[in-house]
Amino acid sequence: MLKKKALPIMLAVLLMMSFALAGCGSSANNADGSNAASGGQTVIKFMHLWPEGSSKAQYTIVNDIIQDYEKQHPDVKIQTEILGNDQYREKLKVLASSNELPDVGMTWSDGFLKPYVEGQLFTPLDDVIDANLKDAFIPGVKESYAIDGKTYGMPLELNISYIFYNKEIFKKYNLQVPKTYTEFKNIVNTLNQNGVIPAAVGNKEGWPGSFWFMYLADRIGGPTILTDVIQGKRSFNDPDILKAATEVQNLVDMNTFEKGNSGLSNDEAKGYFMNEQAAMFLTATWELPNYTTSKDVPQEFKDKIGYFKFPLYEGGKGTDINSYVGGPGVGLFVADHSQVKEQAKDFAAFLVKEWGNKSVTDAGVIPATKVDTADKKLDPMYVEILKDLNGASNVTTYFDTQASPNVAELHHDLIAALFGKQITPQQFVDQTAAALAEEKQ
Amino acid sequence: MKAVMSNRAAIAMYVLPALLLIMIIIYVPLVLTGYYGMMDWKGFAPMKFIGFGNYNKLIHDSMFWKSTYHSVLLGIFSTLSLFIYLAVSMVLASRIKGANLFRKIYLIPMLLSSVAIAQLWSKIYDPANGMLNNLLMAFGVENPPLWLSDPNIVLYSIFVPIVWQYAGFYIIIYYAALKNVSEEVVEAATIDGATAWQVATRVKLPLIAPVFKVTIILALVGSLKYFDLIFVMTGGGPNHASEVMASYMYGEAFSKYNFGYGSAIGFALLVICLLMTWLIRKLTASNEDVQY
Repeated sequence: MLKKKALPIMLAVLLMMSFALAGCGSSANNADGSNAASGGQTVIKFMHLWPEGSSKAQYTIVNDIIQDYEKQHPDVKIQTEILGNDQYREKLKVLASSNELPDVGMTWSDGFLKPYVEGQLFTPLDDVIDANLKDAFIPGVKESYAIDGKTYGMPLELNISYIFYNKEIFKKYNLQVPKTYTEFKNIVNTLNQNGVIPAAVGNKEGWPGSFWFMYLADRIGGPTILTDVIQGKRSFNDPDILKAATEVQNLVDMNTFEKGNSGLSNDEAKGYFMNEQAAMFLTATWELPNYTTSKDVPQEFKDKIGYFKFPLYEGGKGTDINSYVGGPGVGLFVADHSQVKEQAKDFAAFLVKEWGNKSVTDAGVIPATKVDTADKKLDPMYVEILKDLNGASNVTTYFDTQASPNVAELHHDLIAALFGKQITPQQFVDQTAAALAEEKQ
Repeated sequence: MKAVMSNRAAIAMYVLPALLLIMIIIYVPLVLTGYYGMMDWKGFAPMKFIGFGNYNKLIHDSMFWKSTYHSVLLGIFSTLSLFIYLAVSMVLASRIKGANLFRKIYLIPMLLSSVAIAQLWSKIYDPANGMLNNLLMAFGVENPPLWLSDPNIVLYSIFVPIVWQYAGFYIIIYYAALKNVSEEVVEAATIDGATAWQVATRVKLPLIAPVFKVTIILALVGSLKYFDLIFVMTGGGPNHASEVMASYMYGEAFSKYNFGYGSAIGFALLVICLLMTWLIRKLTASNEDVQY
């Protein structure tokens, strides 16, 4: 009996060992890099996530910029590798674990960036920003890529959020764009009396509802309140945050949102707005093509859509209507181990600058850099929003983007529960504060 | 031939490829999952060995036990629904008119992908524009239930499409088993004066009992590791009201990047499934299969 079993067991052991050995083999990295000069030319490896197939507009812009750069620097060759969003994230992780990051690549802000910086994989970019892009960024955006006072990424994209509304419905019931929160509540009441859903929100994933909470926190507790909480300067268990959460439930009690919103995804909720069943929709500027240039949306609908800034709360500490909730999309990093670091930094700065000039007109994407609209042909809504951005006093990065993945997920769950009235505002702040405190330890 | 079969090396050569394959794609990852469960690991940064820390956390994690409870509840529902499937296939297997057509109708949900089914039922359940609530409102129900948003009913709302989804699969299995029952036995019973009910319960059922036992295990284990519809329709929400073990594991590993803890949940899920299988086999063990 014992003999009979010996063979398979031996085989199994052998197999395990071969696995362990294989593991050792691949982790012995070859970080010496093959990207040094070849034939007198400097090669910069650049990885991005806009493939020609799915993001044609972005792909073309980046390609043009690379060609311009190579024309201006004949001794530099840019070698690109392009992957779709999800594959890009995966590959970046793998490359990071074997210390083989490309010279220049794309990263997300805050929570995503942090482990890479802690692993000393990205290099600080403050010198190149000061030299080439001083004051070029919209205030508050670059800071999302900063850790301990050093900036590790140059933002490319920016989204801020507004309340988009159906002008026709507003006109029908004689409603004016609200400047104050009381006016806003009156609008909600009027719409309810007439059987129109005042606002659409989808809370299955939690983040869309968080927009309402974040704006209320901004208006009640002042523009820096949520950032202060993340940085540990203030507790989440703050009377102003509690008040914001309470106001969210007041809105729910007033039937501001469509019923059952905690089971609807953002897209499903968007349907209520696009089908004109709901009059308002608080969302970010990534939706802009749907209200301006998209060929899939009827012009008739696009003409009806306007937007307004989140109204001011009477007696609140946030007294500037030009303070927004928003967040950067991707930004550029330069790898710390890069052999051509200076050249790579120069290229990255060039790309960010040129991207700012081209992205709005060619792709309908709002860049993180300030845009001069005078010489461009743009949909009026874009012109207005770009003007707003130049006058923005503050952009608070989404709370869930700033928080760690653990706290962000909890926040999403609790927002859904807050909107569904499964928890009280007090429980909402207590549970979040507890999770934040646990993280500090 | 005999010489070959007694040669250990020769046997090993034949067995080796399959053994290697099954080792590499099933057993090695299994062991690795258990091992990763002992790590504090964010997915790419270096792993830190923390012994049984994750498993200890798991035992005290009320969220995990809540999700286990939901999974077990789903298992009970799926098992109970087996009796309905059995009844349906009994009817289909008797020579009624249109049995062929009905069989195909029951099979169709099985041909749809889970994501398509989830989309379909999300539309049916939509609180204001959905088919179900429109129907209820047409009958004068003022405040129809919010199927996927109300934490008290969301779990049951999802059970319905799951049961619906697998109906075809089990009905086909039972149907095949029933068709396998030899005509002669049934005829003999009829000649002896057995009624249709008696033929069904005394003759056919005992003969397909082994198949029924297998389907119980399939249904239970399938429910314990169930993921797709729940993930697409509610993502385990609102606020974990429809969380099952697999969706909880996914959330921990891929949304919160706690790969170590996610692995521990995955390993616990495996242990629970094995335990359940063993339990069912114990409970349903009979000395021998019925033969007539």
